[in-house]
Amino acid sequence: MNRSHRHGAGSGCLGTMEVKSKFGAEFRRFSLERSKPGKFEEFYGLLQHVHKIPNMDVLVGYADIHGDLLPINNDDNYHKAVSTANPLLRIFIQKKEEADYSAFGTDTLIKKKNVLTNVLRPDNHRKKPHIVISMPQDFRPVSSIIDVDILPETHRRVRLYKYGTEKPLGFYIRDGSSVRVTPHGLEKVPGIFISRLVPGGLAQSTGLLAVNDEVLEVNGIEVSGKSLDQVTDMMIANSRNLIITVRPANQRNNVVRHSRTSGSSGQSTDNSLLSASQQAEPSFEPEDEDSEDEDIVIEDNGMPQQIPKATPTAQSLESLTQIELTFEPGQNGCIPSREVNLAPVAGGTNAESETRAPNQKLLEEDGTIITL
Amino acid sequence: MMKFRFRRQGADPQREKLKQELFAFHKTVEHGFPNQPSALAFDPELRIMAIGTRSGAVKIYGAPGVEFTGLHQDAATVTQMHFLPGQGRLLTLLDDNSLHLWELVSCGGCAHLEETLSFQPPSRPGFDSASSLPSLSRVTVVLLVADGARAALGTEGGSVFFLDVGTLTLLEGQTLGPDEILRSLPDDYRCGKALGPVESLQGHLHDPSKILIGYSRGLLVIWSQAARCVDRVFLGNQQLESLCWERSGGTVVSSHSDGSYAVWTVGSGSSLVLQPTEATTPYGPFPCKAINKILWRNCRSGGRFLIFSGGMPRASYGDRHCVSVLQAETLVTLDFTSRVIDFFTVHSMQPKDDFDDPQALAVLLEEELVVLDLQTPGWPALPAPYLAPLHSSAITCSAHVANVPAKLWARLVSAGEKQSPQPASSASSWPITGGRNLAQEPLQHGLLLTGHEDGTVRFWDASGVALQPLYKLGTAGLFQTDFEHADSLGQAAEDDWPPFRKVGCFDPYSDDPRLGVQKVALCKYTAQMVVAGTAGQVLVLELSDMPAERALSVASVDLLQDREGFTWKGHDRLGPSTGPLSWPVGFQPLVLVQCLPPAAVTAVTLHTEWGLVAFGTSHGFGLFDYQCKSPVLARCTLHPNDSLAMEGPLSRVKSLKKSLRQSFRRIRKSRVSGKKRVMNANSKLQEANAQLAEQACPHDLEVAPVQRRIEPRSADDSLSGVVRCLYFADTFLRDAVHHGPTLWAGTNSGSVFAYALEVPTATAGSEKRPERAVEAVLGKEVQLMHRAPVVAIAVLDGRGRPLPEPYEASRDLAQAPDMQGGHAVLIASEEQFKVFTLPKVSAKTKFKLTAHEGCRVRKVALATFTSVACEDYAETCLACLTNLGDVHVFSVPGLRPQVHYPCIRKEDISAIASCVFTRHGQGFYLISPSEFERFSLSARNITEPLCSLDICCPRGTACASYRLHESPKLSQANGTPSIILAPRSCDGSPSPARSKGAGDMPQTPEATLSPLSVDSATSADTTLDTTGDVTVEDVKDFLGSSEEPQKNVRNAVQDEACSYPILIK
Repeated sequence: MNRSHRHGAGSGCLGTMEVKSKFGAEFRRFSLERSKPGKFEEFYGLLQHVHKIPNMDVLVGYADIHGDLLPINNDDNYHKAVSTANPLLRIFIQKKEEADYSAFGTDTLIKKKNVLTNVLRPDNHRKKPHIVISMPQDFRPVSSIIDVDILPETHRRVRLYKYGTEKPLGFYIRDGSSVRVTPHGLEKVPGIFISRLVPGGLAQSTGLLAVNDEVLEVNGIEVSGKSLDQVTDMMIANSRNLIITVRPANQRNNVVRHSRTSGSSGQSTDNSLLSASQQAEPSFEPEDEDSEDEDIVIEDNGMPQQIPKATPTAQSLESLTQIELTFEPGQNGCIPSREVNLAPVAGGTNAESETRAPNQKLLEEDGTIITL
Repeated sequence: MMKFRFRRQGADPQREKLKQELFAFHKTVEHGFPNQPSALAFDPELRIMAIGTRSGAVKIYGAPGVEFTGLHQDAATVTQMHFLPGQGRLLTLLDDNSLHLWELVSCGGCAHLEETLSFQPPSRPGFDSASSLPSLSRVTVVLLVADGARAALGTEGGSVFFLDVGTLTLLEGQTLGPDEILRSLPDDYRCGKALGPVESLQGHLHDPSKILIGYSRGLLVIWSQAARCVDRVFLGNQQLESLCWERSGGTVVSSHSDGSYAVWTVGSGSSLVLQPTEATTPYGPFPCKAINKILWRNCRSGGRFLIFSGGMPRASYGDRHCVSVLQAETLVTLDFTSRVIDFFTVHSMQPKDDFDDPQALAVLLEEELVVLDLQTPGWPALPAPYLAPLHSSAITCSAHVANVPAKLWARLVSAGEKQSPQPASSASSWPITGGRNLAQEPLQHGLLLTGHEDGTVRFWDASGVALQPLYKLGTAGLFQTDFEHADSLGQAAEDDWPPFRKVGCFDPYSDDPRLGVQKVALCKYTAQMVVAGTAGQVLVLELSDMPAERALSVASVDLLQDREGFTWKGHDRLGPSTGPLSWPVGFQPLVLVQCLPPAAVTAVTLHTEWGLVAFGTSHGFGLFDYQCKSPVLARCTLHPNDSLAMEGPLSRVKSLKKSLRQSFRRIRKSRVSGKKRVMNANSKLQEANAQLAEQACPHDLEVAPVQRRIEPRSADDSLSGVVRCLYFADTFLRDAVHHGPTLWAGTNSGSVFAYALEVPTATAGSEKRPERAVEAVLGKEVQLMHRAPVVAIAVLDGRGRPLPEPYEASRDLAQAPDMQGGHAVLIASEEQFKVFTLPKVSAKTKFKLTAHEGCRVRKVALATFTSVACEDYAETCLACLTNLGDVHVFSVPGLRPQVHYPCIRKEDISAIASCVFTRHGQGFYLISPSEFERFSLSARNITEPLCSLDICCPRGTACASYRLHESPKLSQANGTPSIILAPRSCDGSPSPARSKGAGDMPQTPEATLSPLSVDSATSADTTLDTTGDVTVEDVKDFLGSSEEPQKNVRNAVQDEACSYPILIK
């Protein structure tokens, strides 16, 4: 039977594909129709069925053409897995509670071997403990440096993400003046500077901002020509998802540009903007500020609930739910190369996400920005 | 994800064209009284009056509706103004010693007041080395001679210079120095002293080549310019203040600094007159203040008018602002409440007349203009058709009601007439009648309501250019205040002499600050209104045509609802008057509701159809059924942590507590930093390094220490419970099938409460609903995540149009709202506008203004904009004024930015706070305590002066009359110039003295501008704008604008999805 399937897949006349699924020490082989792979849920149910683990929460991964272990957790990466599998789709199933999150990811080809061996031989002794990374649906945006590749090296764009933290933003701004090179020589221009960081505040704990950093933009809007009060208002209005572009007072800690390498499935970004440095268009995604729109509405039954965004069209409701629960196509849980995260991420996120009611997951960010 | 990147769409030409037809920004006219007037002039031939101000503005007034405005480039005080009689030209002297010539010029069919020439005299000797002129020091007086062809300038140094007015150049060789005068004086008068500055210059009535010069020292000289010799000398010894000729030219009257005036006879005898024929100190014998100006007018009926300002006994009445009118034996001392700037009489100017026969006396005071009818016995004051002193008591709030029904208008007018009966004889004799108002009768009546600090509400006719008082409602009489009658007692104690007569209505002193009116709302269909004040008083009134006498019914609503731990430390509530009170014709109170604690009312709304009034303070809001006179609902909005709200708005306790807290913080901080100072050598080294580093970047050292905290608003920010807006709507709150009355309230901390109301419906045929209790059930509570104060709430119907006002739909005055489609609620906070669906509250569209522009919303209103190109096309838009003084217009419900204009200087906080929008895209804001600037956002609906003036051609050619049209105002008179007028070159020869180059006038109005002053919406969609906060308006047609060029980026997602439901035909 295996043989015939392999043969069929190889010949392609039946359009089926062989699947080899490993759970623990057990293997199962079965076939899928390549042209009609169906939905992830169905596939997940199938796996549970063939491994006879109907009530177990598992993580599904597959080995891609580069040998990277990538997760399958939505229709998109499932379809990607099916379409790229040649000839065999190798599936690795782990129990959710004992999952080795570190195994996933786009490592270099050199490291890939190790990763695979780790998974293939789970009893194999690991040399060093890995940081536990939760699954993409548990990810939440955190403070980070973004857009390194399109900003000049002297600038830093920092996203201060207050979501889910009780910490105050904890910084102050002031008026000041900075010296700029202009066609008329050096000129002093008024500017806005960070004047103080509150100890223990978000701004300080990220380590991304420092006193005397000059604020250049707030959420993509240049602050030059704006008064201190205007900038204050803009920052407070954006305080749930504040993206400030600064010229750090200390230029020694700048991100080194040539470290920008893409993984196997990483997206390449717009390099042309590099030269246009200062006037670079803000490239963060405006839509994710919807996070702060979770206005709370209390209906007459007295139960607070957050206001979902109105579904633009009735028919899209279903798909919208899907998209919001899962994440962006093509990303496959890889680190977007534009995001270099210096903030501590890790742990904790899992527990936090579990406290959320299931229906609230709808209201989470669209998951477009994920930092690892 | 990439699709959400910033999109800078190219402008869609079609939408751009439409926008031009809908929106245009003009500051059109200033209503009220010019702030800080400093000079006055009157042209007896054209019968127009000019007022100059300390900010350099020049305003010319004629008949009602005839107004011209200009602004000097330098914001210097206008010290003197002189009309070139009959020429429509005006010479102004500023306190920077410059002279400016203004002209009412016609330019391509329309005209403005325009500065044509200016002249800055050489200030230092030798400045102009080519001429050997003596220094033209400070100009003290200006006299136009030879029909305005030349001007004589009297200076501080005692010289008189001559100036050619046509070119504003000095006529050299004609200057008259004090030495020339001194030569012809007797030695004993000379005694080595200078003559002092020229105090007064008067033309000779019969001989244009002679002028009368008065020097400060007291010397009067008639100088013959033709013969260049002294004609007559009057050796006065008292310091001179002013001079006036008697009509026949046989007598001169001089007024002096000691409060006396002297009459000098110009006899045919000796050229040297030693003594005046008569010298009087009218308010003697004790020392008196100077008589600053004196006028002598004779009458056919015999007797003369002597009118002078000042001269009061220094000790007893030295602080009064008085003008005395003396005719024969009659003396009246007009006692004003503000400083006298200047005055003039309107009298016959025919040269053949032997008598002046003054008709009227106009007195310009610092705060108002008073005109007395001198031909009616008793000299009654004439009501001014413009220049209304808006600020007779400080304005505390304002509201505009558009499209007032004719019936209500007539009732208001008649109530106002009964309030201040006008003597029939003087009703039509406003003496300043120059020019003709060409503006059409306004098609609809606009009413501006102003609430004042003293508890009055004034009703102004804001239909046209001239803002006229209609009716005044006083609420102080309803309350017992400690200050009653104090005034009248003081009055009675005064002596009979001088014969004071109180004139004018400027009265800035409020009896009790609690009386101040905070919010006003008027229903124009039922003539019911609500007036809410500083001490939590909410007064519901109804217009009645019959006087009545009844007791005031009082109710109180406790907004704290037994919330514990709060104590009110502010003012007490006002005690209502007890017993039956008599009410004159006009608004009579139905019920008085008092909020507890008696904090100032911050929001109020009225629904006359349901008989409900809702009011909010800093503690909560209440709903009151004024038909049954029973409270329906009280809801406390205080956050448990918000203890500051309790301590009252005027409390010193709060500030003390705050400052104590701050000082403790400071101490703690300094202790902390003090600890830091104790450090080891290592850290000292670090500090030294840090200092070095700091010095390396010196810009850090100069910064101001001002810093701002960046933190999201938290729930317990102070005053979070303040209710900012209240709104009634008939909409779907519980489910999508049943609509019903709802009440919406928004607070300072971004909370919105929506209550479903159970209002018994009126039986068919009867106006009143059955006497059953109204019930309110909390339906929804929305907490905006950004927690910014909610400034306005409005419900949009199924077609995306705001709901009509009460009674509009039921009386067929507006198109009934669409109750089929899904309703939506527009919530405007200080930072964002958002539209939520109803009944399930979910966000539909939004615009984050603060996040984009860095500005905050101060005022919003929904307004209808009608196209100039097509009267049938109108859009309802959201007009918004920001804290930076900019006006933005957004589409509704798409919330896409349409246009924005700079309107008010951002430093002018009181102007921004006072702004009120009308229903049809106009607005008002206070440019000074006494002046409303009117502006227009609509391209069609513009209220601006349109007037003509018959002017003798000033160029010495044959007199021709031509029409002048005032264009949309190009500059604002009060120091916030939007466009500085470019001086235009005159027809005279070019002169070196002309300080500014030639330039053509600013643009003529666009061809698309409608010359009509029309609120263009038809009567079918008349609605009420009472709160000044949210106005709801009907649209005939709303074009879903998917083709807007300036896309709100943040809306991009929703826009695509929502454009279909929004598109309404």
